[in-house]
Amino acid sequence: MKYVIIGSGVAGIAAIEAIRSLDPTNSITMLGDDPHGFYSRPGLAYYLTGELHDKALFPRTADDYRQMNFQFIKGRVLNIHRELCTLELNNNTQVSYDKLLIAVGAQATPLNIPGANLEGVLKLDHLEDAKHILKFARRSKTAVVVGGGITALELVEGFVARGMKVHYLLRGDRYWSNVLDEQESKIIEHRLQEEGVTLHYQAELAEVVGRNNKVNSVRLASGKNLPCNLVAYAIGIQARTDLAKQSGLVIERGILVNEYLQTNDSDIYAAGDVAQVYDPMTGHSVMDSLWAPARQQGYTAGLNMAGQKTAYVKSPPFNVTRLAGLTTTIIGTVGRGKDADMVGIARGDSETWRQLPDAMTAQTGFEVNRLRLLVGEKTLLGAIVMGDQKLSFPLEKIISGNMDISPIRDRLLAPNAKTADIIAKFWSDLVIAN
Amino acid sequence: MSLFGLFKRDADKHTVLASGHVVSDSARCVQCGICTYNCPIGIDVRAHAWRGDPVIHSQCLTCGECVARCPRGVLRFEKTDLFIKGKS
Repeated sequence: MKYVIIGSGVAGIAAIEAIRSLDPTNSITMLGDDPHGFYSRPGLAYYLTGELHDKALFPRTADDYRQMNFQFIKGRVLNIHRELCTLELNNNTQVSYDKLLIAVGAQATPLNIPGANLEGVLKLDHLEDAKHILKFARRSKTAVVVGGGITALELVEGFVARGMKVHYLLRGDRYWSNVLDEQESKIIEHRLQEEGVTLHYQAELAEVVGRNNKVNSVRLASGKNLPCNLVAYAIGIQARTDLAKQSGLVIERGILVNEYLQTNDSDIYAAGDVAQVYDPMTGHSVMDSLWAPARQQGYTAGLNMAGQKTAYVKSPPFNVTRLAGLTTTIIGTVGRGKDADMVGIARGDSETWRQLPDAMTAQTGFEVNRLRLLVGEKTLLGAIVMGDQKLSFPLEKIISGNMDISPIRDRLLAPNAKTADIIAKFWSDLVIAN
Repeated sequence: MSLFGLFKRDADKHTVLASGHVVSDSARCVQCGICTYNCPIGIDVRAHAWRGDPVIHSQCLTCGECVARCPRGVLRFEKTDLFIKGKS
Protein backbone atom coordinates (compact mmCIF):
# COMPACT_ATOMS: atom_id res chain seq x y z
CA MET A 1 0.00 0.00 0.00
CA LYS A 2 1.37 3.41 -0.97
CA TYR A 3 -0.25 6.57 0.38
CA VAL A 4 0.32 9.92 -1.31
CA ILE A 5 -0.83 13.31 -0.06
CA ILE A 6 -0.77 16.42 -2.24
CA GLY A 7 -0.52 19.55 -0.07
CA SER A 8 1.44 20.33 3.09
CA GLY A 9 -1.24 22.09 5.15
CA VAL A 10 -2.99 20.95 8.30
CA ALA A 11 -5.34 18.55 6.46
CA GLY A 12 -2.33 16.69 5.04
CA ILE A 13 -0.50 16.52 8.38
CA ALA A 14 -3.63 15.27 10.14
CA ALA A 15 -4.09 12.63 7.43
CA ILE A 16 -0.56 11.32 8.06
CA GLU A 17 -1.27 11.10 11.79
CA ALA A 18 -4.46 9.15 11.10
CA ILE A 19 -2.80 6.76 8.64
CA ARG A 20 0.09 6.14 11.05
CA SER A 21 -2.34 5.38 13.88
CA LEU A 22 -3.58 2.41 11.84
CA ASP A 23 -0.66 1.56 9.56
CA PRO A 24 2.83 2.07 11.02
CA THR A 25 4.80 0.66 8.11
CA ASN A 26 3.53 1.36 4.58
CA SER A 27 5.03 4.28 2.72
CA ILE A 28 3.55 7.79 2.90
CA THR A 29 4.69 10.56 0.55
CA MET A 30 3.68 14.21 0.92
CA LEU A 31 4.05 16.43 -2.14
CA GLY A 32 3.93 20.17 -1.67
CA ASP A 33 4.56 23.29 -3.74
CA ASP A 34 4.88 25.59 -0.72
CA PRO A 35 8.67 25.85 -0.19
CA HIS A 36 8.12 26.13 3.57
CA GLY A 37 6.14 22.92 4.05
CA PHE A 38 3.80 22.82 7.06
CA TYR A 39 3.31 25.95 9.17
CA SER A 40 0.44 27.87 10.72
CA ARG A 41 -1.24 29.90 7.99
CA PRO A 42 -3.63 31.59 10.43
CA GLY A 43 -0.49 32.56 12.37
CA LEU A 44 0.64 34.73 9.44
CA ALA A 45 -1.62 37.48 10.85
CA TYR A 46 0.52 37.62 13.99
CA TYR A 47 3.72 37.50 11.96
CA LEU A 48 2.46 40.58 10.10
CA THR A 49 1.80 42.46 13.35
CA GLY A 50 5.23 41.50 14.70
CA GLU A 51 3.88 39.38 17.56
CA LEU A 52 5.71 36.37 16.15
CA HIS A 53 8.98 35.60 14.44
CA ASP A 54 8.52 33.64 11.20
CA LYS A 55 10.46 30.69 12.60
CA ALA A 56 7.88 30.39 15.39
CA LEU A 57 5.17 29.54 12.83
CA PHE A 58 6.49 26.00 12.38
CA PRO A 59 4.87 23.57 14.84
CA ARG A 60 6.99 20.53 13.99
CA THR A 61 10.70 19.80 14.08
CA ALA A 62 12.67 17.59 11.71
CA ASP A 63 12.69 15.00 14.48
CA ASP A 64 8.88 15.07 14.70
CA TYR A 65 8.71 14.40 10.97
CA ARG A 66 11.16 11.50 11.26
CA GLN A 67 8.93 9.95 13.89
CA MET A 68 5.89 10.36 11.65
CA ASN A 69 7.87 8.40 9.08
CA PHE A 70 6.95 9.97 5.76
CA GLN A 71 8.78 11.37 2.78
CA PHE A 72 8.34 15.02 1.76
CA ILE A 73 8.91 15.95 -1.87
CA LYS A 74 8.96 19.61 -2.79
CA GLY A 75 7.25 19.94 -6.13
CA ARG A 76 4.10 20.67 -8.04
CA VAL A 77 1.85 17.97 -9.41
CA LEU A 78 1.06 18.63 -13.07
CA ASN A 79 -1.22 15.68 -13.74
CA ILE A 80 -3.00 12.82 -12.08
CA HIS A 81 -3.04 9.80 -14.40
CA ARG A 82 -5.91 8.01 -12.73
CA GLU A 83 -5.85 4.97 -15.04
CA LEU A 84 -2.21 4.31 -14.04
CA CYS A 85 -2.50 5.61 -10.46
CA THR A 86 0.51 7.86 -10.98
CA LEU A 87 1.25 11.55 -10.54
CA GLU A 88 3.36 13.58 -12.92
CA LEU A 89 5.52 16.20 -11.18
CA ASN A 90 7.03 19.41 -12.52
CA ASN A 91 10.56 18.00 -12.18
CA ASN A 92 9.87 15.23 -14.72
CA THR A 93 9.43 12.55 -12.06
CA GLN A 94 6.49 10.26 -11.52
CA VAL A 95 5.06 9.11 -8.22
CA SER A 96 2.67 6.19 -7.98
CA TYR A 97 -0.12 5.84 -5.42
CA ASP A 98 -2.66 3.36 -4.15
CA LYS A 99 -4.58 5.91 -2.07
CA LEU A 100 -4.33 9.60 -2.84
CA LEU A 101 -5.43 12.64 -0.82
CA ILE A 102 -5.77 16.05 -2.47
CA ALA A 103 -5.41 18.73 0.21
CA VAL A 104 -4.02 21.64 -1.78
CA GLY A 105 -6.14 24.33 -0.13
CA ALA A 106 -7.34 27.56 -1.67
CA GLN A 107 -5.83 30.75 -3.01
CA ALA A 108 -6.78 34.42 -3.12
CA THR A 109 -9.34 35.43 -5.70
CA PRO A 110 -7.41 37.71 -8.06
CA LEU A 111 -8.12 41.41 -8.31
CA ASN A 112 -9.40 42.08 -11.82
CA ILE A 113 -8.91 45.79 -12.36
CA PRO A 114 -6.42 47.83 -14.38
CA GLY A 115 -3.08 48.06 -12.61
CA ALA A 116 -3.58 44.85 -10.60
CA ASN A 117 -0.24 43.49 -11.84
CA LEU A 118 1.80 46.48 -10.67
CA GLU A 119 4.61 45.95 -8.20
CA GLY A 120 3.11 46.56 -4.76
CA VAL A 121 -0.31 44.96 -5.34
CA LEU A 122 -0.29 42.24 -2.69
CA LYS A 123 -2.28 39.28 -1.39
CA LEU A 124 -1.88 37.04 1.65
CA ASP A 125 -1.96 33.33 0.80
CA HIS A 126 1.21 31.93 2.29
CA LEU A 127 4.43 32.70 4.15
CA GLU A 128 6.23 33.96 1.04
CA ASP A 129 3.37 36.46 0.51
CA ALA A 130 3.67 37.61 4.14
CA LYS A 131 7.42 38.14 3.75
CA HIS A 132 6.80 40.04 0.54
CA ILE A 133 4.19 42.21 2.29
CA LEU A 134 6.60 43.04 5.12
CA LYS A 135 9.34 43.89 2.66
CA PHE A 136 7.04 46.41 0.98
CA ALA A 137 5.65 47.70 4.28
CA ARG A 138 9.15 48.53 5.51
CA ARG A 139 9.70 50.97 2.67
CA SER A 140 6.14 52.29 2.32
CA LYS A 141 4.15 54.92 4.15
CA THR A 142 0.59 54.46 2.97
CA ALA A 143 -1.40 51.29 2.29
CA VAL A 144 -4.79 50.74 0.72
CA VAL A 145 -6.64 47.58 1.74
CA VAL A 146 -9.65 46.21 -0.14
CA GLY A 147 -11.90 43.31 0.74
CA GLY A 148 -13.90 41.95 3.63
CA GLY A 149 -13.84 39.22 6.23
CA ILE A 150 -10.98 38.27 8.49
CA THR A 151 -7.99 38.43 6.11
CA ALA A 152 -8.63 42.03 5.02
CA LEU A 153 -8.68 43.11 8.67
CA GLU A 154 -5.49 41.15 9.37
CA LEU A 155 -3.82 43.08 6.58
CA VAL A 156 -5.13 46.38 7.95
CA GLU A 157 -3.88 45.54 11.45
CA GLY A 158 -0.52 44.36 10.15
CA PHE A 159 0.06 47.69 8.38
CA VAL A 160 -1.12 49.68 11.42
CA ALA A 161 1.31 47.73 13.63
CA ARG A 162 4.11 48.64 11.22
CA GLY A 163 3.29 52.32 11.60
CA MET A 164 1.69 52.82 8.22
CA LYS A 165 -1.19 55.06 7.25
CA VAL A 166 -4.04 52.80 6.14
CA HIS A 167 -7.05 53.44 3.92
CA TYR A 168 -9.59 50.64 4.17
CA LEU A 169 -12.05 50.52 1.29
CA LEU A 170 -15.50 49.02 1.82
CA ARG A 171 -17.88 48.65 -1.12
CA GLY A 172 -20.95 48.68 1.09
CA ASP A 173 -22.09 50.62 4.13
CA ARG A 174 -20.38 48.50 6.76
CA TYR A 175 -17.83 45.79 7.55
CA TRP A 176 -18.66 42.07 6.95
CA SER A 177 -22.36 42.69 6.58
CA ASN A 178 -23.44 39.09 5.98
CA VAL A 179 -21.94 37.73 9.19
CA LEU A 180 -21.92 40.64 11.65
CA ASP A 181 -24.96 42.74 12.50
CA GLU A 182 -24.93 46.52 12.29
CA GLN A 183 -23.83 47.13 15.84
CA GLU A 184 -21.02 44.57 15.60
CA SER A 185 -19.77 46.12 12.36
CA LYS A 186 -19.85 49.55 14.02
CA ILE A 187 -17.84 48.28 17.00
CA ILE A 188 -15.11 46.99 14.68
CA GLU A 189 -15.14 50.10 12.48
CA HIS A 190 -14.95 52.38 15.50
CA ARG A 191 -11.96 50.49 16.88
CA LEU A 192 -10.20 50.68 13.53
CA GLN A 193 -10.78 54.42 13.40
CA GLU A 194 -9.33 54.74 16.89
CA GLU A 195 -6.20 53.01 15.61
CA GLY A 196 -5.96 55.70 12.93
CA VAL A 197 -7.39 53.73 10.00
CA THR A 198 -9.34 55.79 7.46
CA LEU A 199 -12.48 53.96 6.36
CA HIS A 200 -14.04 54.69 3.00
CA TYR A 201 -17.62 53.48 2.59
CA GLN A 202 -19.26 52.69 -0.74
CA ALA A 203 -15.79 52.88 -2.16
CA GLU A 204 -15.12 50.75 -5.18
CA LEU A 205 -11.58 50.38 -6.40
CA ALA A 206 -11.53 51.18 -10.13
CA GLU A 207 -7.82 51.26 -10.91
CA VAL A 208 -4.39 50.98 -9.36
CA VAL A 209 -2.29 53.74 -10.87
CA GLY A 210 1.42 53.14 -11.24
CA ARG A 211 4.58 55.04 -11.85
CA ASN A 212 7.67 53.16 -13.11
CA ASN A 213 5.64 49.97 -12.78
CA LYS A 214 5.12 50.57 -9.03
CA VAL A 215 1.93 51.46 -7.16
CA ASN A 216 1.56 55.21 -6.88
CA SER A 217 -2.14 55.72 -6.10
CA VAL A 218 -5.58 54.19 -6.47
CA ARG A 219 -8.55 55.63 -8.31
CA LEU A 220 -12.00 54.92 -6.93
CA ALA A 221 -15.13 54.52 -9.07
CA SER A 222 -16.29 57.88 -7.67
CA GLY A 223 -13.25 59.48 -9.32
CA LYS A 224 -11.50 60.08 -6.01
CA ASN A 225 -7.74 59.51 -5.97
CA LEU A 226 -5.79 58.17 -2.96
CA PRO A 227 -1.98 58.33 -3.09
CA CYS A 228 -0.42 55.12 -1.69
CA ASN A 229 2.63 52.88 -1.98
CA LEU A 230 0.93 49.51 -1.79
CA VAL A 231 -2.47 47.89 -2.28
CA ALA A 232 -3.39 44.69 -0.42
CA TYR A 233 -6.51 42.76 -1.32
CA ALA A 234 -8.55 39.97 0.28
CA ILE A 235 -11.79 39.75 -1.67
CA GLY A 236 -12.28 36.01 -1.19
CA ILE A 237 -10.56 32.74 -1.93
CA GLN A 238 -11.10 30.01 -4.47
CA ALA A 239 -10.39 26.33 -4.05
CA ARG A 240 -7.38 25.12 -6.04
CA THR A 241 -9.39 22.69 -8.15
CA ASP A 242 -7.48 22.85 -11.47
CA LEU A 243 -5.58 19.60 -10.96
CA ALA A 244 -8.69 17.68 -9.90
CA LYS A 245 -10.71 19.15 -12.76
CA GLN A 246 -8.26 18.17 -15.47
CA SER A 247 -8.13 14.64 -14.13
CA GLY A 248 -11.89 14.31 -14.39
CA LEU A 249 -12.90 14.52 -10.73
CA VAL A 250 -16.30 16.08 -10.06
CA ILE A 251 -16.08 19.75 -9.07
CA GLU A 252 -18.59 22.37 -8.00
CA ARG A 253 -17.09 25.21 -5.92
CA GLY A 254 -14.60 22.68 -4.55
CA ILE A 255 -13.84 19.01 -5.14
CA LEU A 256 -17.05 17.17 -4.31
CA VAL A 257 -16.57 14.43 -1.72
CA ASN A 258 -18.95 12.18 0.18
CA GLU A 259 -19.04 11.91 3.99
CA TYR A 260 -15.99 9.61 3.79
CA LEU A 261 -14.08 12.42 2.01
CA GLN A 262 -13.99 10.29 -1.11
CA THR A 263 -14.22 11.81 -4.59
CA ASN A 264 -15.94 10.12 -7.55
CA ASP A 265 -12.73 8.05 -7.84
CA SER A 266 -12.78 5.66 -4.88
CA ASP A 267 -8.97 5.77 -4.50
CA ILE A 268 -8.84 9.57 -4.37
CA TYR A 269 -9.88 11.66 -1.37
CA ALA A 270 -10.01 15.42 -0.76
CA ALA A 271 -9.98 17.44 2.47
CA GLY A 272 -9.58 20.98 3.74
CA ASP A 273 -10.20 24.22 1.85
CA VAL A 274 -10.21 22.47 -1.53
CA ALA A 275 -13.02 20.06 -0.59
CA GLN A 276 -16.76 20.58 -0.78
CA VAL A 277 -18.02 18.08 1.73
CA TYR A 278 -21.39 16.31 1.76
CA ASP A 279 -23.21 16.70 5.04
CA PRO A 280 -25.76 13.89 5.48
CA MET A 281 -27.59 15.90 8.17
CA THR A 282 -28.58 18.68 5.74
CA GLY A 283 -28.14 16.99 2.38
CA HIS A 284 -25.93 19.88 1.25
CA SER A 285 -22.30 19.91 0.14
CA VAL A 286 -20.61 22.74 2.01
CA MET A 287 -17.29 24.57 1.98
CA ASP A 288 -15.42 25.76 5.04
CA SER A 289 -12.08 27.51 5.11
CA LEU A 290 -11.33 26.98 8.76
CA TRP A 291 -8.38 25.27 10.46
CA ALA A 292 -10.35 22.89 12.72
CA PRO A 293 -12.59 21.36 9.99
CA ALA A 294 -9.55 21.05 7.70
CA ARG A 295 -7.72 19.13 10.42
CA GLN A 296 -10.74 16.94 11.17
CA GLN A 297 -11.42 16.26 7.49
CA GLY A 298 -7.77 15.38 6.88
CA TYR A 299 -7.79 13.02 9.85
CA THR A 300 -11.03 11.34 8.71
CA ALA A 301 -9.71 11.01 5.14
CA GLY A 302 -6.55 9.39 6.53
CA LEU A 303 -8.56 6.83 8.51
CA ASN A 304 -10.59 5.96 5.42
CA MET A 305 -7.47 5.70 3.25
CA ALA A 306 -5.98 3.25 5.73
CA GLY A 307 -9.11 1.12 5.63
CA GLN A 308 -11.14 2.23 8.63
CA LYS A 309 -14.42 3.46 7.20
CA THR A 310 -15.28 6.60 9.14
CA ALA A 311 -17.84 9.28 8.30
CA TYR A 312 -16.93 12.93 8.76
CA VAL A 313 -19.42 14.48 11.14
CA LYS A 314 -19.62 18.18 10.49
CA SER A 315 -19.83 20.31 13.61
CA PRO A 316 -21.34 23.79 13.50
CA PRO A 317 -18.59 26.03 12.12
CA PHE A 318 -16.69 27.73 14.85
CA ASN A 319 -13.95 30.32 14.72
CA VAL A 320 -12.26 32.43 17.33
CA THR A 321 -10.47 35.37 15.84
CA ARG A 322 -9.37 38.89 16.63
CA LEU A 323 -11.21 41.65 14.84
CA ALA A 324 -9.57 45.03 15.38
CA GLY A 325 -7.98 43.67 18.55
CA LEU A 326 -11.28 42.34 19.90
CA THR A 327 -11.49 38.58 20.47
CA THR A 328 -14.56 37.38 18.61
CA THR A 329 -16.10 33.92 18.46
CA ILE A 330 -18.49 33.01 15.68
CA ILE A 331 -20.48 29.78 16.10
CA GLY A 332 -23.11 28.17 13.89
CA THR A 333 -25.39 30.21 11.64
CA VAL A 334 -25.34 33.91 12.33
CA GLY A 335 -26.01 35.79 9.10
CA ARG A 336 -27.25 35.62 5.55
CA GLY A 337 -27.10 37.17 2.12
CA LYS A 338 -24.16 38.56 0.23
CA ASP A 339 -21.37 40.90 1.23
CA ALA A 340 -20.33 43.31 -1.50
CA ASP A 341 -16.70 43.08 -0.34
CA MET A 342 -16.41 39.35 -0.90
CA VAL A 343 -16.47 36.97 -3.84
CA GLY A 344 -17.79 33.71 -2.39
CA ILE A 345 -16.00 32.30 0.62
CA ALA A 346 -13.10 33.99 2.42
CA ARG A 347 -10.27 32.61 4.51
CA GLY A 348 -11.35 31.70 8.03
CA ASP A 349 -14.91 31.51 6.78
CA SER A 350 -17.76 29.04 6.49
CA GLU A 351 -20.68 28.97 4.10
CA THR A 352 -22.79 27.61 6.94
CA TRP A 353 -22.52 30.92 8.80
CA ARG A 354 -24.76 32.48 6.18
CA GLN A 355 -27.41 29.75 5.86
CA LEU A 356 -29.62 31.27 8.46
CA PRO A 357 -33.12 29.81 8.57
CA ASP A 358 -35.92 31.66 10.35
CA ALA A 359 -34.56 32.66 13.70
CA MET A 360 -35.10 35.25 16.36
CA THR A 361 -32.27 37.30 17.72
CA ALA A 362 -31.45 37.82 21.36
CA GLN A 363 -28.65 40.20 22.14
CA THR A 364 -27.02 42.01 24.95
CA GLY A 365 -24.02 44.21 25.68
CA PHE A 366 -22.46 47.24 24.17
CA GLU A 367 -18.92 48.18 23.19
CA VAL A 368 -16.24 45.58 23.97
CA ASN A 369 -18.45 42.90 25.48
CA ARG A 370 -21.27 41.85 23.26
CA LEU A 371 -23.29 38.71 22.80
CA ARG A 372 -25.73 37.89 20.02
CA LEU A 373 -27.68 34.65 19.91
CA LEU A 374 -29.67 33.23 17.04
CA VAL A 375 -32.59 31.47 18.66
CA GLY A 376 -34.35 28.70 16.75
CA GLU A 377 -37.52 26.79 17.64
CA LYS A 378 -35.92 24.61 20.29
CA THR A 379 -32.21 25.10 19.92
CA LEU A 380 -29.65 27.85 19.54
CA LEU A 381 -28.59 28.09 15.90
CA GLY A 382 -25.65 30.40 16.28
CA ALA A 383 -23.86 32.95 18.42
CA ILE A 384 -21.36 35.77 18.20
CA VAL A 385 -19.36 36.56 21.32
CA MET A 386 -17.22 39.69 21.26
CA GLY A 387 -14.80 40.67 24.00
CA ASP A 388 -15.19 38.63 27.19
CA GLN A 389 -15.07 35.01 26.06
CA LYS A 390 -16.35 33.25 29.19
CA LEU A 391 -19.60 32.28 27.49
CA SER A 392 -18.08 31.12 24.23
CA PHE A 393 -17.18 27.67 25.62
CA PRO A 394 -20.69 26.83 26.94
CA LEU A 395 -22.30 28.32 23.82
CA GLU A 396 -20.15 26.15 21.58
CA LYS A 397 -21.33 23.07 23.51
CA ILE A 398 -24.99 24.17 23.57
CA ILE A 399 -25.02 24.87 19.82
CA SER A 400 -22.95 21.90 18.64
CA GLY A 401 -24.85 19.57 20.96
CA ASN A 402 -28.22 20.81 19.62
CA MET A 403 -29.30 21.17 23.24
CA ASP A 404 -32.95 21.82 23.95
CA ILE A 405 -33.22 25.40 25.18
CA SER A 406 -37.03 25.41 25.51
CA PRO A 407 -36.84 26.13 29.28
CA ILE A 408 -35.08 29.45 28.65
CA ARG A 409 -36.24 30.36 25.14
CA ASP A 410 -39.01 32.79 26.17
CA ARG A 411 -36.76 34.51 28.70
CA LEU A 412 -34.01 34.92 26.10
CA LEU A 413 -36.43 36.60 23.73
CA ALA A 414 -38.06 38.86 26.34
CA PRO A 415 -37.38 42.60 25.96
CA ASN A 416 -34.19 43.70 27.74
CA ALA A 417 -33.35 40.11 28.61
CA LYS A 418 -30.09 39.58 30.46
CA THR A 419 -29.06 37.07 27.84
CA ALA A 420 -25.58 36.41 29.19
CA ASP A 421 -26.87 35.71 32.72
CA ILE A 422 -29.59 33.39 31.42
CA ILE A 423 -27.08 31.36 29.39
CA ALA A 424 -24.57 31.27 32.26
CA LYS A 425 -27.27 30.00 34.67
CA PHE A 426 -28.59 27.46 32.11
CA TRP A 427 -25.04 26.12 31.65
CA SER A 428 -24.13 25.95 35.32
CA ASP A 429 -27.41 24.11 36.07
CA LEU A 430 -26.56 21.63 33.30
CA VAL A 431 -23.04 21.10 34.65
CA ILE A 432 -24.35 20.56 38.19
CA ALA A 433 -27.06 18.16 36.94
CA ASN A 434 -24.44 16.07 35.14
CA MET B 1 -10.98 49.31 46.35
CA SER B 2 -9.12 49.41 49.63
CA LEU B 3 -5.45 48.59 49.78
CA PHE B 4 -6.30 45.40 51.64
CA GLY B 5 -8.70 44.44 48.88
CA LEU B 6 -5.97 44.95 46.33
CA PHE B 7 -3.59 42.65 48.22
CA LYS B 8 -6.32 40.09 48.67
CA ARG B 9 -7.01 40.09 44.96
CA ASP B 10 -3.32 39.55 44.31
CA ALA B 11 -3.19 36.74 46.83
CA ASP B 12 -6.13 34.98 45.13
CA LYS B 13 -4.45 35.30 41.80
CA HIS B 14 -1.23 33.84 43.16
CA THR B 15 -3.09 30.95 44.74
CA VAL B 16 -4.54 30.04 41.38
CA LEU B 17 -1.18 30.44 39.69
CA ALA B 18 0.53 28.27 42.28
CA SER B 19 -2.05 25.49 42.48
CA GLY B 20 -3.29 25.29 38.90
CA HIS B 21 -2.11 24.22 35.52
CA VAL B 22 -2.79 25.34 31.99
CA VAL B 23 -5.32 23.36 29.96
CA SER B 24 -5.96 23.62 26.23
CA ASP B 25 -8.87 23.33 23.81
CA SER B 26 -7.46 21.94 20.57
CA ALA B 27 -10.56 22.84 18.54
CA ARG B 28 -9.75 26.54 18.96
CA CYS B 29 -6.03 26.25 18.28
CA VAL B 30 -4.50 27.22 14.93
CA GLN B 31 -0.93 26.32 15.99
CA CYS B 32 0.29 29.88 15.50
CA GLY B 33 2.88 29.33 18.21
CA ILE B 34 2.47 32.58 20.19
CA CYS B 35 2.25 30.45 23.36
CA THR B 36 5.50 28.58 22.73
CA TYR B 37 7.21 31.74 21.49
CA ASN B 38 6.39 33.57 24.73
CA CYS B 39 7.04 30.79 27.24
CA PRO B 40 9.93 32.07 29.35
CA ILE B 41 11.35 28.61 29.91
CA GLY B 42 10.77 27.23 26.44
CA ILE B 43 7.98 24.70 26.98
CA ASP B 44 6.37 23.74 23.69
CA VAL B 45 2.87 24.73 24.81
CA ARG B 46 1.64 24.52 21.21
CA ALA B 47 2.39 20.79 21.05
CA HIS B 48 0.14 20.28 24.10
CA ALA B 49 -2.59 22.36 22.45
CA TRP B 50 -2.43 20.22 19.28
CA ARG B 51 -3.23 17.16 21.37
CA GLY B 52 -5.64 19.03 23.66
CA ASP B 53 -3.49 18.02 26.65
CA PRO B 54 -2.99 20.01 29.84
CA VAL B 55 0.45 21.59 30.16
CA ILE B 56 1.77 19.30 32.87
CA HIS B 57 5.46 19.98 32.83
CA SER B 58 7.84 19.91 35.76
CA GLN B 59 9.32 23.27 34.84
CA CYS B 60 6.07 25.16 34.15
CA LEU B 61 5.96 28.27 36.32
CA THR B 62 2.24 28.81 35.67
CA CYS B 63 3.25 32.39 34.95
CA GLY B 64 0.27 32.83 32.62
CA GLU B 65 2.16 34.31 29.66
CA CYS B 66 0.78 31.72 27.23
CA VAL B 67 -2.79 32.10 28.55
CA ALA B 68 -2.67 35.88 28.29
CA ARG B 69 -1.13 36.04 24.85
CA CYS B 70 -3.11 33.34 23.02
CA PRO B 71 -5.22 35.29 20.52
CA ARG B 72 -7.90 32.59 20.28
CA GLY B 73 -8.73 31.67 23.83
CA VAL B 74 -7.23 28.18 23.52
CA LEU B 75 -5.57 28.16 26.95
CA ARG B 76 -6.96 28.66 30.41
CA PHE B 77 -6.01 27.89 34.00
CA GLU B 78 -7.63 25.05 35.80
CA LYS B 79 -7.08 24.31 39.46
CA THR B 80 -5.31 21.05 39.90
CA ASP B 81 -6.71 18.56 42.41
CA LEU B 82 -3.59 16.41 42.55
CA PHE B 83 -2.74 17.35 46.12
CA ILE B 84 -6.19 17.78 47.58
CA LYS B 85 -6.41 16.07 50.96
CA GLY B 86 -8.24 12.78 51.05
CA LYS B 87 -7.91 12.16 47.34
CA SER B 88 -6.29 8.82 46.68
